[in-house]
Amino acid sequence: MRWIWFDRFEEFESGKRAVAVKNVTLAEDHLHDHFPGYPLMPASLMIEGMAQTAGILVGEAKQFSEKVILAKVRKASFDEIVRPGDQVRYEAEIEQLTESAAATTGRVWLGDRQIGAVDIVFSHIDQNMSGLDFPEENFVFTEEFMALLRTYRHNGEARVTL
Amino acid sequence: MSTMPRSEIMAKVRDILVDVLSVDEDEVTDDAILTTDLGAESIDFLDILFRLEKEFGIKIPQEQLFNRDIVSNAEYLNDRKLNAAGVAALKKAMPYANLTDFEKNPDIDKLADVFTVAAIVNFVEGKVNNG
Repeated sequence: MRWIWFDRFEEFESGKRAVAVKNVTLAEDHLHDHFPGYPLMPASLMIEGMAQTAGILVGEAKQFSEKVILAKVRKASFDEIVRPGDQVRYEAEIEQLTESAAATTGRVWLGDRQIGAVDIVFSHIDQNMSGLDFPEENFVFTEEFMALLRTYRHNGEARVTL
Repeated sequence: MSTMPRSEIMAKVRDILVDVLSVDEDEVTDDAILTTDLGAESIDFLDILFRLEKEFGIKIPQEQLFNRDIVSNAEYLNDRKLNAAGVAALKKAMPYANLTDFEKNPDIDKLADVFTVAAIVNFVEGKVNNG
C-alpha cells in the first residue's frame, strides 16, 4: 500500500490555496477492517489527506527548499461519515507562513456539503531543530509526492512546473 | 497612537492559551509557567506565536522571543549553566521576562520556566504599544 491519501489536485494557487480530491473505494484493504461489514473512511486518514494536501501547498510556497513536517493538528472535526463510492474534497488554505513554520486551515467537503474541518501547524524542521542533523536530501517531498503535484492540470496545461 | 490596556492584552492572551493548551481560564494566571503549569510542549510555542501574531497584528521573529545564540555560546556557558556574562546577555535579550529565579540557578535546561503568562503579556505589550 502506498501512503498517498488523495488522488489528484483540482485547484492549486501557489502560496495560497489548494483543493485535492480523494475517491474512496472498497479496493482499499483498510476499509474491510474499519469496520468489518460496515466500511467507513477513517477520520484519521482524512486528517492525513488534508495534511498531504496542505503540506504540499506549504512546501511549494518555498519551492520545496524546506522539509515540511506536521507539527500539530490544531483542530479536527467531522460531522458525517464517508463511505466507499464517495469523493472527498480537501480544501486547504495557508493562514500564516514564516521562515520556520506555517499554519493552514482546511475544510473537508462531500459534494456541496462541508463535513469537516482540519487546521494544522507545520514546522520547517531545519529551521526549528538546531543542533539536530537531518539528511541533506528532502525526504519529505519525494518523487512520489512531486508526481501528485504534476497531476494538476488547468485548461489542459500544467500549472505547476517543477 | 492609542495604546492597548494591559487588561485587554491579558484577556486575549488568556483566550489563546485556553484554546491552544486546552486549559481552564482560571489556570491562566500571571505566574503560571507555560510548560510545567499549563502543559505546553515545544511545538505549542509555534502555535502560540502564530496566534499572537494574528490576534495582535504583530510580527514575532522567533529569535526576538527566544535568543538561541546566547544559550549555545560557549563563552557564556560553564557546563550547562550560564555564567554572569551569559545571564547579563540574557537579561538584555529578554527584558520582558522575570529572571530572578533563573539567576539563582542559571541552568539552561530550566530556561523554559521563565516563560510565564506575565512574560508573554509583557512581550506582547512591548510589541503592540512600542512597536
